[in-house]
Amino acid sequence: MQEYDLVVIGGGPAGLAAAVAAKEQGIENILILEREAKLGGILNQCIHNGFGLHVFKEELTGPEYAYRFINMIEDKFIRYKTETMVIDLSKDKLITAVNKTDGIFTIQAKAVILAMGCRERPRGALNIPGARCSGIFTAGTAQKFVNIEGMMPGKSIVILGSGDIGLIMARRMTLEGAHVKAVVELMPYSAGLTRNIVQCLDDYDIPLKLNHTVTNIVGKDRLEGVYIAPVDENRNPIPNEEEYIPCDTLLLSVGLLPENELSKKATVKLSPLTGGAEVDEGRETNVDGIFACGNVLHVHDLVDHVTEESYIAGNAAARYLKGLQKQSKKIEVKAKDGARYVVPKFISPENIETDLELSFRVRDIYKDHYVSVYFDETRVAHQKKKILTPGEMQTVKVTAEMLNAHTHCNEISIQVEKE
Amino acid sequence: MYDVAIIGAGITGMSIARELSKYDLKVCVLEKEVDIAMGTTKANSAIVHAGFDAKPGTLKAKLNAKANSMFDQLSKDLDFHFRRNGSLVLCFDEKDMDHLRDLMEQGIQNGVPDLVILDKAAVLAMEPNLSEDVVAALYAPTGGIVCPYEMAIGMAENAYENGVEFFFENTVLDIQKLNNGYALITDKNTFKSKLVVNAAGVYSDKMNNFVSSSKLSIIPRRGEYCVFDKEVGSYVDKTIFQLPTKLGKGVLVTPTVDGNLLIGPNAVDIDDKDDLTTTRIGLDEILRKASLSIKKMPSHAIIASFTGLRARTEADDFIIGEVPDAKGFINAAGIESPGLTCAPFIGAMVKEFIVEMLHPLEKSNFNPLRKGIHHFLEMTNEERKALIKQDPAYGKIVCRCETVSEGEILSAIHRPLGATTLDGIKRRTRAGSGRCQAGFCMTRVLDILSRELEIKRTEVTKFGGESKLLVGKNKQDV
Ligand SMILES: Cc1cc2nc3c(=O)[nH]c(=O)nc-3n(C[C@H](O)[C@H](O)[C@H](O)COP(=O)(O)OP(=O)(O)OC[C@H]3O[C@@H](n4cnc5c(N)ncnc54)[C@H](O)[C@@H]3O)c2cc1C
Ligand SMILES: Cc1cc2nc3c(=O)[nH]c(=O)nc-3n(C[C@H](O)[C@H](O)[C@H](O)COP(=O)(O)OP(=O)(O)OC[C@H]3O[C@@H](n4cnc5c(N)ncnc54)[C@H](O)[C@@H]3O)c2cc1C
Repeated sequence: MQEYDLVVIGGGPAGLAAAVAAKEQGIENILILEREAKLGGILNQCIHNGFGLHVFKEELTGPEYAYRFINMIEDKFIRYKTETMVIDLSKDKLITAVNKTDGIFTIQAKAVILAMGCRERPRGALNIPGARCSGIFTAGTAQKFVNIEGMMPGKSIVILGSGDIGLIMARRMTLEGAHVKAVVELMPYSAGLTRNIVQCLDDYDIPLKLNHTVTNIVGKDRLEGVYIAPVDENRNPIPNEEEYIPCDTLLLSVGLLPENELSKKATVKLSPLTGGAEVDEGRETNVDGIFACGNVLHVHDLVDHVTEESYIAGNAAARYLKGLQKQSKKIEVKAKDGARYVVPKFISPENIETDLELSFRVRDIYKDHYVSVYFDETRVAHQKKKILTPGEMQTVKVTAEMLNAHTHCNEISIQVEKE
Repeated sequence: MYDVAIIGAGITGMSIARELSKYDLKVCVLEKEVDIAMGTTKANSAIVHAGFDAKPGTLKAKLNAKANSMFDQLSKDLDFHFRRNGSLVLCFDEKDMDHLRDLMEQGIQNGVPDLVILDKAAVLAMEPNLSEDVVAALYAPTGGIVCPYEMAIGMAENAYENGVEFFFENTVLDIQKLNNGYALITDKNTFKSKLVVNAAGVYSDKMNNFVSSSKLSIIPRRGEYCVFDKEVGSYVDKTIFQLPTKLGKGVLVTPTVDGNLLIGPNAVDIDDKDDLTTTRIGLDEILRKASLSIKKMPSHAIIASFTGLRARTEADDFIIGEVPDAKGFINAAGIESPGLTCAPFIGAMVKEFIVEMLHPLEKSNFNPLRKGIHHFLEMTNEERKALIKQDPAYGKIVCRCETVSEGEILSAIHRPLGATTLDGIKRRTRAGSGRCQAGFCMTRVLDILSRELEIKRTEVTKFGGESKLLVGKNKQDV
């Protein structure tokens, strides 16, 4: 059995940044485990621009962004193993992994950072009826075929779901020679970033059908077409208003789920709201010495936010390993009213030296509303926002002064308010 | 000239093929699809019924309990998953108790052992997640669950190893009487055979009608299902049926041998024998009905839905035996539920007919054993270690949800009657059948198939025919 101070599971942007941060804090004995052949995670297939504006103050492609971090890993001599799948994790931080050369092996870690990313929801999760033919892919699978393998999964495309991956793929498929007939979205708004709607759909005249869904799938061997229909207020399709769109491919971009199978094995408590772990301000889970960051914790729209969060987790893991983390009272942070969830879920004021950012998502579209922070009944922050959408992660600051002024507070909450 | 030609590589045809492979006979199997078990055998409830369901006097009733008892040995010999989890028929109304007792009586007549009626407390103690509305249940400890396509594939591989020849993608289009047998004309070739076995599932009427004036007519009856994530796979342990009432037959809730939860089926007559679509109405119906049996339907955990077609005839029973006006043409037709359960016995029955007709010698070198694929997921770490040392491909995980290694995929491709499609890989290894439904492994499995079969990536299909996955290179048409 091998022993490490810190093992990072997952070598995407989250895992890489967390490892870099921990190393910078003086943790020497670090190992990153990654199941793919290359470090970089999902970024390797995101060949479009739009990464790094916050962290590097310049616009990079996914692989370029990943490359910067991979360089840091190499420069800092951080060890990693690729093509290595972690298959088990215990709450005592015993890791079981497998690869071709080492076979099955176990590692005892003093601290673990979970950075396994997320996966896409498949057709079954929506239980869309119809034929079980070929030609139905998740957008990410199609992205991999096109961007990594240079192969086209189809020529005439309907995309269900207007999350960022769906939007990006609408443009990519168009550029590679396919005809994207429509992007169909159940909700009255897109789940993607506004910039992606403009740059990926509007610029290519691809229709975005809000308040619509796919109701039936037609095809014997290969997909021949889909029926779409508008939905009522309860998101149920309106009968007799179905429209048939011939197409050979249906791409699904209907949500991402944090990939927490390992976390469950380690008895990490998951939030039903995010699908990720419940964590404190250092992104430590309920299991002592196990941290989580990136898409495995909650789904991010920008990799820059993943990086920032992962620095926090890497720093906190280093403090934990050095015994600097104080065991103190935890205040619960709640999302209320228009806020759907907030990360972190707990704050230990004694461990906070500077300001702290809370990340949250809203439930609906809100125009000219206020984001407020309450310490129990006292409102301590109140910021006007022109527009809040579920597709864009929001942040709000909690300062050290606020915490000092409310040391006996039981609960902090975030609310979206009209005034 | 073959001694026997079997039409159809479903569980019926494969049971017969394996039985015949014990003898010195030249046997071929003609199948229209690219693989074994692509008809009803791939889409059903996968229950090894105890045998209380069928009306006494029918063939179904005669075969069921006997066939059920064959599964322990057979699953060992052929290395497929089978578990005797037991079944419960739930009764929700005191007024229906007589029906429940009748059902038990019928089971006893059919030779089903150890049947017992349990009261509410006993039922809920056995299955705490069942609905509080249950008043009693019929418990059949011999009920079981099986993986139907794994079973059919196991039988096929074993039959092949013992000399049976297989011809896939051969649709029988016509059958003509010869002096000494039959000519089976497929879209590819003509096969001559002394005897013919009709095990063509929903198309067994068509095969029969080529040679006989007593016509059969099969109306396919659709049954829809939802499969749930393994996360809720142990929500119930037994197979949970509902007592048929005036309101209909009810639907079942059961674990599968692979550890998922399965609910269904409904029953709707349709006209198209190839129509395997699922419908909104159907899926809603089974979800609603199954909800009656359990405390809370875990709808969030649905990962897939599918349809199977029952080969329903007017006789409402299996049709097994030589066709009176077509000597040497043997029907194994109208094999609807419990056809999966009865298959091993049907195989033995049809073998008896053939032995009587041709008097073949038993093979001295028949090997009854078949070894399945080593499943990484089911091994201990010691076993994994040893296997990876032998073959490093078992150290590379290709499907993350079901933890399937590259070694298993390669074995699925290169073993006898190996997989040639994505679905073929899925049925042999479970790669792609987990919670992400191939989102992760599709690209990898496709690459492996293309590499190992030495075909272009654009030629790899999901299940044969035109079910291709890729259409060409990027920018090809720009
Ligand atoms: C299609 C798409 C488009 C995007 N577009 C943009 C954009 O334009 N701009 C932007 O800023 N952001 C964008 N993002 C968001 C950003 O890329 C992601 O938020 C970020 O990559 C998440 O990083 P991560 O490290 O948490 O997850 P990932 O990148 O998914 O990395 C997780 C890693 O963990 C590994 N892993 C998982 N389980 C195991 C295990 N058991 N054993 C070993 N290894 C394991 C995986 O192989 C993977 O490499 C996009 C994301 C996607 C998917
Ligand atoms: C909804 C449903 C639920 C069921 N549940 C159960 C259960 O729980 N337990 C149980 O015991 N039984 C069950 N059954 C019954 C069981 O599934 C069937 O009895 C069994 O699978 C039938 O197998 P088969 O080999 O006869 O038919 P199939 O599996 O349909 O095989 C017939 C084969 O013939 C081929 N074929 C057809 N025409 C031609 C042609 N012209 N040329 C060449 N090949 C041809 C087809 O491609 C197919 O592969 C269920 C059935 C259904 C529909």
